[in-house]
Amino acid sequence: MSAAPPPPPSTRAVVGALLRKELRLELRTPQVIPAMALFSISTLVVFHFSLQADTVEGALAAGVLTVTLLFSAILGVNRLFVADHEEGGFDGFLLAPVDRTAMLVAKALALGAFLVVLELIAVPAFAFMLLEPGLTGTMLGQTVATLALADVAIAVVGTLVGALAIQTRARDLIVPLIALPLLLPAIIGTAKLLAPTFAAAGAEALPGRWLAIVGLYDLVFGLLAYAVFDFLLED
Amino acid sequence: MSGTRLRALSVATVVTLITGYALAAFVAPMDADQGFIQKIFYLHVPMAIVALCGFIFAGLCAIAHLRTDDAKWDLRAYVAIHISIILGVGVLLTGAIWAKASWGHYWVWDEPTLVSFLIIFLLYATYTPLRFSIEDRDKQARYASVFAITAGAFVPLNFLAVRAATSLVHPRTLSSADNLPGAMRTAFLVCLLGMTLLYVLLWQYEIAHKTTVAQLRALKRRLAGDEGLRPRRSAAPELQVR
Amino acid sequence: MLLAASNVLPDNAGYVAAAYLVFLALLLIYVGIMAYKLINVQRDVAEITELAERRLDTDAADPAGTHDREGTPA
Repeated sequence: MSAAPPPPPSTRAVVGALLRKELRLELRTPQVIPAMALFSISTLVVFHFSLQADTVEGALAAGVLTVTLLFSAILGVNRLFVADHEEGGFDGFLLAPVDRTAMLVAKALALGAFLVVLELIAVPAFAFMLLEPGLTGTMLGQTVATLALADVAIAVVGTLVGALAIQTRARDLIVPLIALPLLLPAIIGTAKLLAPTFAAAGAEALPGRWLAIVGLYDLVFGLLAYAVFDFLLED
Repeated sequence: MSGTRLRALSVATVVTLITGYALAAFVAPMDADQGFIQKIFYLHVPMAIVALCGFIFAGLCAIAHLRTDDAKWDLRAYVAIHISIILGVGVLLTGAIWAKASWGHYWVWDEPTLVSFLIIFLLYATYTPLRFSIEDRDKQARYASVFAITAGAFVPLNFLAVRAATSLVHPRTLSSADNLPGAMRTAFLVCLLGMTLLYVLLWQYEIAHKTTVAQLRALKRRLAGDEGLRPRRSAAPELQVR
Repeated sequence: MLLAASNVLPDNAGYVAAAYLVFLALLLIYVGIMAYKLINVQRDVAEITELAERRLDTDAADPAGTHDREGTPA
């Protein structure tokens, strides 16, 4: 009598395994994070020259940081599925008896992790290079809270758009074209939340309404991505 | 839709549109603040409402397509988005004209409807290039449906965000369809109905055309084999006809 | 009634007219494109009619089926 086959791994275990793979790949040959970090610092320099401003504060500071992070994130999204597509990782995953949305969750978590590392480099750089008001505790706390919400939005939408674009022939073009308009509500919210945070006279309170809007955006797109991701992986 | 019903729909559309715009021109009173310029409102706002509903309708068709895997729903979503984009161009152009007449600039950031529309237009403009860049038909249809659903969910969120972001300095004249006095309201509703009928009519025409072309290609294939067909790469969904 | 009452249209009537003309232009462009597509459809129908008639002729010319369509002898 043969033994019963082992039960399929739980989704959480699958997500964990995939996430570890992503992080290990990036740690072994760092490509995405250094590129995003360098790009963000170059962008800050470009902003200095194009705005002709030594320091920025308030709404302008919020805009500079938001744009810098957004465009650096797009670089990360472009690379997110490339390795799987080129090396056949999709096929291997599809053969496994696991829930396919695990890949969505794992990729989104990985992208989120990359964004956090990016921000650990870019935000201090921004504060040193361009920010007028000094870095205070409240400012830091509020920035962290805002960027946490923004990162969820970028991670979810970025993963969805990356998966959509990987099968097309013009994937590097499609990603920014679709992701930028799609992310706009989150961008608006992030800028509106950072503007009082970077106010010259000291960080002001975060407008609750914008926290709610970005939170709602994260929720809606999180659920939506979860629902449709399966269809992107069928062959 | 059969020929007779299509004809009836056409007649109904023409009659409703003409009635609506006649009401707007001759019966509805002159607006106190904006004067004659306000008459653009009877054209611009119905176009905007119908275009947005069209985008959401396309999202619903896309959901049906993913659930039933029937190419008919993909075609319906494609045509719906197509016509909504055309109406969207109309919204942006008429909005710019109105803005120039009211405030002297062709573009104003203060009108949340116009700004939202620009963003939505930028998003949906990528629909056709996306379809065109995926060669496998099934995959193209599936990915397009995922896009249509995502973008459809995006539309209300976008409006919410842009509306919340726009300063309340200038009164929102274009979007205030609520407090309309009697005659204005009637004219507006008739124009809205007319625009809706127009959308449905154009949608039916395009679907009829595409279905016919698919049937003709199938006939050609039966008669002349595959060499008879002109090879074509297109972004439009291809219907399989027996 | 209102337009008839004021015999002269206000100055910025041009903008309103422009907006409605944009709408009309879009409609007419759409109709024009549909007309062009209709011409293509008619051309296809003509081609198919010709192919069908050719088929019927080859059928009529050989009712016993000594050739099949590809021309190889039965």
